[in-house]
Amino acid sequence: MADASAPYRIKGETGEWEVVVGLEVHAQITATASKLFSGAATEFGAEPNTQVSLVDAAMPGMLPVPNKECIRQAVRTGMALDAVINRSSRFDRKNYFYADLPQGYQISQLYHPLVGEGEVEVLLDDKDESSTKRIGIERIHVEQDAGKLMHDQHPTMSYVDLNRSGVALMEIVSRPDMRSPAEAGAYLKKLRAILRYVGSCDGNMDEGSMRADVNVSVRKVGDELGTRTETKNVNSVRFVMAVVEHEAKRQVDVLEGGGAIVQETRLYDPDKGVTRSLRSKEDAHDYRYFPDPDLLPLELDEAFLDECRASLPELPDAKRKRYEALGITPYNASVLTAEVETARYFDALLEGGVEPKAAANWTASELFGALNRIGKTIEDSPVSPAQAAELLKLVGDGTISGSLAKQVFEIMLETGEGAEAIVESRGLKQTSDTGAIDAKIDEILAANADKVAEYKAGKVALFGFFVGQVMKAMAGKANPGVVNEQLRAKLDG
Amino acid sequence: MTLTSKTIAELRDGFRGGEYSAREIAEAYNAAVAGARLLNAYTVETPEDALAAAAAADAARGQGGSLAGIPLGIKDLFATKGVDTTAGSHILKGFKPTYESTVTANLRKAGAGMLGKLNMDEFAMGSSNETSTYGPVLSPWRRQGSNVGLTPGGSSGGSAAAVSALIAPGATGTDTGGSIRQPAAFAGICGIKPTYGRCSRWGIVSFASSLDQAGPMARTVRDCAILLEAMAGFDPKDSTSLDLPVPQWEAKLSSDLKGKRVGIPKEYRIDSVPAEINALWDQGIEWLKDAGATPVEISLPHTKYALPTYYIIAPAEASSNLARYDGVRYGLREEGVKTLDDMYAATRAAGFGAEVKRRIMIGTYVLSAGFYDAYFTKAQRVRALIKQDFAKAFESCDVILTPTAPSAAFGIGETTDPLAMYLNDVFAVPASLAGLPAMSVPGGLDGQGLPLGLHLIGNELDEQTVLNAGLAIEERAGFTARPEKWW
Repeated sequence: MADASAPYRIKGETGEWEVVVGLEVHAQITATASKLFSGAATEFGAEPNTQVSLVDAAMPGMLPVPNKECIRQAVRTGMALDAVINRSSRFDRKNYFYADLPQGYQISQLYHPLVGEGEVEVLLDDKDESSTKRIGIERIHVEQDAGKLMHDQHPTMSYVDLNRSGVALMEIVSRPDMRSPAEAGAYLKKLRAILRYVGSCDGNMDEGSMRADVNVSVRKVGDELGTRTETKNVNSVRFVMAVVEHEAKRQVDVLEGGGAIVQETRLYDPDKGVTRSLRSKEDAHDYRYFPDPDLLPLELDEAFLDECRASLPELPDAKRKRYEALGITPYNASVLTAEVETARYFDALLEGGVEPKAAANWTASELFGALNRIGKTIEDSPVSPAQAAELLKLVGDGTISGSLAKQVFEIMLETGEGAEAIVESRGLKQTSDTGAIDAKIDEILAANADKVAEYKAGKVALFGFFVGQVMKAMAGKANPGVVNEQLRAKLDG
Repeated sequence: MTLTSKTIAELRDGFRGGEYSAREIAEAYNAAVAGARLLNAYTVETPEDALAAAAAADAARGQGGSLAGIPLGIKDLFATKGVDTTAGSHILKGFKPTYESTVTANLRKAGAGMLGKLNMDEFAMGSSNETSTYGPVLSPWRRQGSNVGLTPGGSSGGSAAAVSALIAPGATGTDTGGSIRQPAAFAGICGIKPTYGRCSRWGIVSFASSLDQAGPMARTVRDCAILLEAMAGFDPKDSTSLDLPVPQWEAKLSSDLKGKRVGIPKEYRIDSVPAEINALWDQGIEWLKDAGATPVEISLPHTKYALPTYYIIAPAEASSNLARYDGVRYGLREEGVKTLDDMYAATRAAGFGAEVKRRIMIGTYVLSAGFYDAYFTKAQRVRALIKQDFAKAFESCDVILTPTAPSAAFGIGETTDPLAMYLNDVFAVPASLAGLPAMSVPGGLDGQGLPLGLHLIGNELDEQTVLNAGLAIEERAGFTARPEKWW
């Protein structure tokens, strides 16, 4: 990774340029099984037009009714982003015609959003505690998603699938506070993690439950903000970073070539790795926003807000600090809190009474390695936190050595048996019996008299050789501490 | 006395008392409906629906709901399951909803049957029923010694004509800016728009969401109270519906107005209004005094801005509400075009009539970037001031009396200037903007023998005082005139 503290600059012919990035993230409220203003279901991948109510299809005389749980999830999300929750907000209609928009307008919140200013702290380098940056949140509003056109069903006509029509989205608008592809990526990852901790959005970018509009402009350092372009519907962290990188370069080229940046909407083509113009500001719709007269202002009372606040889980930053306070390295703390499932696993492990540092190391190396190898996520890990705690406690109390633990873990992964049972049935218990260990030491020293002589002559590095030989002779079951101690007594004494 | 000339209260009591069966009532009305097609009041007749409800009422033998045995006419703006619901528009021709509006479902639950769907101005935009894709409704009323076809008013023109012509004992109407009250006045019947939110809007084709409100139209104040009790009620499917119990308006009807103060707004005294209308207004004051009330002069200073405010807000909301009629999912679609935009343009050009297009254009304009604040935002502010006017007025009075409309019914084709047409609702619109209950009650006939209405506006949620004052006028006006059958 490049030095995170060095500012990201685009080197042009006329000097260095700075990129300015803001993201509008659309996150589907997946915590509820129903839409923002109707009771219809929202399951991903359902047959077209099977999750459509009369309201979603905008039949004559149908009216929207806010789904309280969607509002609750958006409020919880706002609280998790340290944002101002507006006690009174309102829905507005954004009017435009398109075949995937049955009402002829999208119900959104322009004038009085549910959530106001907030903030996200991102860590630009996992290993560097001081590499933090605060990205401002301007607002979060809730709005309806549109349906989807299908152009491949009929030779001359397009079909409309309204399953997504009316699905609840949170639009999380950042300040233009990011200055590099890495910062944009870190922000999006962090935002995704927070949403997943809160549980309001599953953050599944492949299924479209989270996507970003990327606003990019460039300027010479110290100049006023340049004209921005907006690249719509970017659906992965990697693509967002690519868009920032590409779009910044493109803009620098245009400006240095004597051109001007046009405020426009662009689309990202992941196959070619380029963005292309979709429509310019001149073609932009006049959306004729106005307050939706079918809906009353949304008034939130203190009891509701209290409940939302009380229901929030420990969030990644707080968790990371707690882990660090337990003596876990900043890097491990960061890795263990990056995904809510990892943190949940690790917390369960801690509840099992294991020593935090050892547990952190084991999780970050042994468990992650094994899961990687067998292609499983931590959620469907064959070894549960309770089973892992049992294993780690056997190491902690000296019953088995670290190297034996690896073998036991492998057996656990394969058979699903408990660590104690494995150790018991396979006789893997570590011994601290000095009699047995002494006997083996004597054998090894006798068989390697030449090396003993070399050691005594000053080749002290051979000590490790003797330890290894003894451990091998004990089939790995000797307590390494005792072996060390006894060897020293015999060789040095 | 024929069954069709009885009031809903009389039919209900006679049916409960075993004087006649619900089937007899339904058959009498079905025959009357079939015999009055010249009026063009019904767009769809559903005699089998009326008979089925009657059969259920007869089977329940007086154990049915409050409207058991009563068949009603339903304005075409209400979604009726399996029955054409077109809002009087070509763009919805043939549209049969798979759902029933909350209001009509409530009426059915109370035991009412449906005689058919009633003609109306397209999407409830009009004051004469001339904008309907089905053609105008003819008022059963005619000027003395004249054969000129008159409008029944609008937009609930079919409802007014049907109740007045005795081809429905009562009907549903909707009122966005006078669409219940002005036609009620033109047709010599009663009609009440309750407080905004009393009746659920779910399943009523939207015109202007912040103003639309359903209400009953019937021949007497009591019948209106009976119908409104059945129609109203909280509906969780409409966010703007009021979560309040439905009062027992009928049981509490009383024409004794002792201690009540009747506000007379000076701003409603307009010189251009015919003298007979102002004279009737004065007569109305006397009637209410006779019932025990005290008249007080009040001021509603922003009244003159009400109509322009209404014609910004209502079209703005309508321009958005009508965007869903795009040819994609239901209703009319014009084929043979190349692009999606062309399909929208062709479908909406063919599907909407001139008045609807005019209002969509006005609404689109006032919401446009650069004009929004000057028009829409300002109109919202004026609307707040108009509300304030009423709130202040109701500190010194309990109910307000005004004329319902600035004229009696006019001839079909006589009013071609849209602005002149909009003036019909000059007295009705302020109460709509304020969301207040308001009612028209027949007061008498003008010099040409046409009905004139008196208009009562009540404080928020106080339909009772409106109904009571209406009853006091009804008892004193002795309005028994009926149009002579010519159809």
